Amino acid sequence: MTRYILRRLIAMPFLVLGIVTLAFLLTTVTKGDPLTAIVSDRQMNDPAAVAAAKARWGLDRSLPERYVIYVGNLLTGDMGTSFITRRPVAQDVFFRLPATMELVLAAMLVGSTIGITLGVLAAYFRNTAIDHAARFFALFGSSIPVFWLGLALLYVFSVKWGVLPGPGRLDPRATPPASITGFMTIDTLLAGNVKLFIDALWHLILPAFVLGWAVAGTISRLVRANMLEVLDREFILTARAKGAGELRVVIGHALRNTLVPTLTVIGYSFAYLLTGAVLTETIFSWPGMGSYAVEAARGLDFPAIIGVTIVGGVVFLLTNLITDIAYVIANPRVRLG
Amino acid sequence: MTAIALTTFRRPSWLSVPLAIGIAIVLFWLAVTVLAPLVSPYAPLDMVGRRLQAPSWSHWLGTDALGRDVFSRTLYGAQHSIPIAVIVVTLSVAIGAMLGAISGYAGGLLGASIMRLVDVTLSFPPMLLAMAVAASLGPGLENATVAMVIVWWPVYARLMRAQVLEIREREHVEAAIAAGASRTRILFKHILPLCWTPVLISATMDLGQVILLAASLSFIGLGATPPSPEWGSMISDGASQFYSWWVALGPGLAILTIVLGFNFIGDGLHDYFDPKSK
Repeated sequence: MTRYILRRLIAMPFLVLGIVTLAFLLTTVTKGDPLTAIVSDRQMNDPAAVAAAKARWGLDRSLPERYVIYVGNLLTGDMGTSFITRRPVAQDVFFRLPATMELVLAAMLVGSTIGITLGVLAAYFRNTAIDHAARFFALFGSSIPVFWLGLALLYVFSVKWGVLPGPGRLDPRATPPASITGFMTIDTLLAGNVKLFIDALWHLILPAFVLGWAVAGTISRLVRANMLEVLDREFILTARAKGAGELRVVIGHALRNTLVPTLTVIGYSFAYLLTGAVLTETIFSWPGMGSYAVEAARGLDFPAIIGVTIVGGVVFLLTNLITDIAYVIANPRVRLG
Repeated sequence: MTAIALTTFRRPSWLSVPLAIGIAIVLFWLAVTVLAPLVSPYAPLDMVGRRLQAPSWSHWLGTDALGRDVFSRTLYGAQHSIPIAVIVVTLSVAIGAMLGAISGYAGGLLGASIMRLVDVTLSFPPMLLAMAVAASLGPGLENATVAMVIVWWPVYARLMRAQVLEIREREHVEAAIAAGASRTRILFKHILPLCWTPVLISATMDLGQVILLAASLSFIGLGATPPSPEWGSMISDGASQFYSWWVALGPGLAILTIVLGFNFIGDGLHDYFDPKSK
């Protein structure tokens, strides 16, 4: 087991370098001319201005030179300057990372609560209407485009019925609290403003549900399959024979024994959530990494796109690593390939 | 007669209910893809009415900001989304299976480098990588297709490699080696024919996810370009006409149903191959 963990840890720097290289290669195949994003149309006719811009962004160097410069800059935390915001990309990304994390964690909470509940119910009431409804809910969640679901729910709950707030993290008229953690729910509490905290929580409901639904489906399918296996075991029979109540048998004995695979799937669902966050943030005007990536892609802002892709890749790699290692530690019987 | 025929029809044991629902939905959309020009009331690019009309008898799903018929555009949208998904999956299977088979059978430095490339590609969140590639290549459907293939092929490479590794240890392969067959012959005649089933099943199930990915790219403006009736970009139109809810309704339901169809098929196949979970 220690060898496995060590091997995974040693592979990490190489994978990160692979990510960086692939991301850098992307900038070299670009057909869209990034100059159009930094130089105005009139200046494009002025060779001096074009050359100055190229030199400033390092576009006039040879490919290997640019690669070495790029990797060297990355090691010092320099991901270049965004063409659009004119701020360092690293600063932009880390400024926006907490908003994405808050959304993703909220979605994870929503997704696993719904998913585990449905999975347990589906297994317990196997092949009844409840089971079929849970299966349909799960399939529906992984079929619905998040960007459309977001629009539809905003229209119904915010515009038509007015029961939930519109896009954004806070009421647009409210003054946001000082950013300490970047998590709106925590920052409002740190500022001691309970009313704003409730407002922030209220704004989280729709996007977290939109993002969490698909994950809820995957989790419920897995919990159901594992519960079915466990519910047939003899220790369940023993627990019942000893007079344990049904709730205690299902939660305390059966569900408890499916926790390892459940936690694993929740860990892996992070990947899906990061992907889904890109579109959910765009719909809900959520100022996170996802909407930043979309703005960058639309504006052909290459330093920003590449920066977000690298950070996304590294975050993704780390969560999968943590999930894998946690799985091995929690379940020593697993065969290591 | 038909009533009798229907009641005497017995569902074959392999055709579970989810599988049947999935196949029915997918067949429906395949029919729409082929028949769109015949069944659509209007041409997809024609401005046929006042702009942003709510649904009515003459325009079942209303009209969009340019006065085009949303229902007709939704039907024509199938001609974009479905062929693209098929192309992306076919190309990904071709590239992934080839590289996976080489990696599994040849092994060595070449095999290892292919798998490291797979590892690196799979370390990106798929949507982010697809966006970055599509943006680098420039907006447009062809580039979005290339971007999706780049994101998708490693999945099949991994699957194919695992298959080849398992099957090359079987006894019939050993017999072929003993009989003096060449390495190429062994790979093509004795190993590959046994590897395809799981790859093809997973490819079928992936079609729905690829449709979603393609629509997502178009939604953020990196896939199909206006005025083509592509579902993702139609929903993007709907987002900018937020209060005219019908503009996004048709394409949204279209994506939802066809992806649901593929997911039902996947679920049915899963039950079939893993009867324990039924």
